[in-house]
Amino acid sequence: MKFRAMTAIAAVMLAPTFALAEADDDTMVLNEETEMVTKTAAPAHVADALDQVMSGWHFRSDETQAMQLDDFDNPGMVFVEAGLETWDTVEGSEDKSCSSCHNDMDSMAGVRATYPKWNEAAGEVRTLQMQVNDCRTSRMGAEAWKYDSGTAINMEAALSSVSRGLPVNVAIDGPAQSTWEMGKELYYTRTGQLDLSCATCHEDSYGMMIRADHLSQGQTNGFPVYRLKNAKLNGAHSRFKGCVRDTRAETYNPGSKEFVALELYVASRGNGLSVEGPSVRN
Amino acid sequence: MKTINKIAAASVAGVIALGSASWAEMIAPTDVKFGEYGEVEMSLTGKPGNPEQGAVVLGNRSLGNCVACHVVGALADIPFQGDIGPALDGAADRWSAAELRGILVNSKMTFEGTMMPAYYKIDGFTRPGNAYTGKAADGPLDPLLSAEQIEDVVAFLSTLKDE
Ligand code: HEC
Ligand code: HEC
Repeated sequence: MKFRAMTAIAAVMLAPTFALAEADDDTMVLNEETEMVTKTAAPAHVADALDQVMSGWHFRSDETQAMQLDDFDNPGMVFVEAGLETWDTVEGSEDKSCSSCHNDMDSMAGVRATYPKWNEAAGEVRTLQMQVNDCRTSRMGAEAWKYDSGTAINMEAALSSVSRGLPVNVAIDGPAQSTWEMGKELYYTRTGQLDLSCATCHEDSYGMMIRADHLSQGQTNGFPVYRLKNAKLNGAHSRFKGCVRDTRAETYNPGSKEFVALELYVASRGNGLSVEGPSVRN
Repeated sequence: MKTINKIAAASVAGVIALGSASWAEMIAPTDVKFGEYGEVEMSLTGKPGNPEQGAVVLGNRSLGNCVACHVVGALADIPFQGDIGPALDGAADRWSAAELRGILVNSKMTFEGTMMPAYYKIDGFTRPGNAYTGKAADGPLDPLLSAEQIEDVVAFLSTLKDE
């Protein structure tokens, strides 16, 4: 109605986005067999802010959504293949590959869903990439991968792919609690000259349009995410960095203790949603 | 202070952007006086703005980018207008020029805790960056819009009347 005066061409361009100004009610069934949980009651620790948590999938166009439903259509699966190859590749001074210790990738089912996770021996919360790098340096005698680099993301995608359909279930209590609190603090801190927090966009405004973007809840259950925009897989920390930059702020870097804490906190807001990575977004 | 120096330097360099307003009449971001409800009575430049220029500021991504959050029916040829804030149609029926100026300078003085950015404010931010580079600011911040651009936007919004 407000757009009655739009030129024909603009109206055509707007149509698909405005058709789903709210999160849609579609159901995600992966490869015609795995029913995915893309909306669920908010976990207790976010119930004061949200009734329901929703996957970013619901905020994307039908075409983009469809690409994620079948592994043959999902452009992220090529990178999973590359990750699987690396899984079996011997590297480093110890003459080992990942599979020398872990057998095949299926043995990793469920792992992705619990990360970031407290590591008792190291006395820190670790993301999946940190854990992989620990295996590489301390068990394989190989070099650590750069955070969110292509190789690291491919491995994360391969690990994630075998957890698809399982509910995100990160622990926030016990020794992880102080890191979680730090992440929560970062989530609600307004930064930059635009003075916006994660919450201003993804808690207060999800479902609305910010220029051409349909704001989702900013959940991480789909990571790594294949973005049509840059035609590659993207890590959660790189996404955080982009979002913070967009507030005209000085960002933190992928792998920083701030982003590790933020990843734990954001992941916990999606506890109960199915792991989707590699997902497809625009 | 720094801004005044910059403005002075700019006018020395003969930058036309300041138009005919002499810098002495400019109100610096840190000197703006707000009324009880967040309104700003005094023109920031001491002269009326240009509504056509104001329309450009509203729609331009690297200027006000107001349409990122607001629908503006009068600018219907700009695609992808966001809907986070209220539609600006009829804004001049709801707000006086002084109130519109206040909302632009620092909307939080009118709407507590609002998401709308402050367009003429240079301090009090957490981790201010160097524009959209993600790097730390490398010196004092410039306001998001100049005094003249604010007045241009006020002039444009003042034309948005339904009644
Ligand atoms: C100025 C608005 C804005 C702010 C502030 C913001 N984001 Fe975003 N974010 C977006 C937009 C736009 C997108 C792309 C559309 C979408 O998925 O919501 C996005 C996407 C995301 C995604 C990808 C979701 C998916 O399903 O692929 C994550 C995760 C995310 N944001 C997390 C954050 C976190 C954490 C913060 C704070 C550090 C933050 N965002 C701050 C605008 C913002
Ligand atoms: C990031 C989002 C955002 C941007 C960008 C933004 N605004 Fe707003 N604006 C809002 C919100 C949200 C409100 C509603 C105030 C509230 O209750 O928080 C608002 C309120 C207003 C109002 C009062 C609306 C009414 O009719 O009651 C005016 C006028 C206004 N904005 C003008 C502008 C102009 C002009 C610009 C650009 C120079 C701009 N806004 C940029 C979010 C935004």
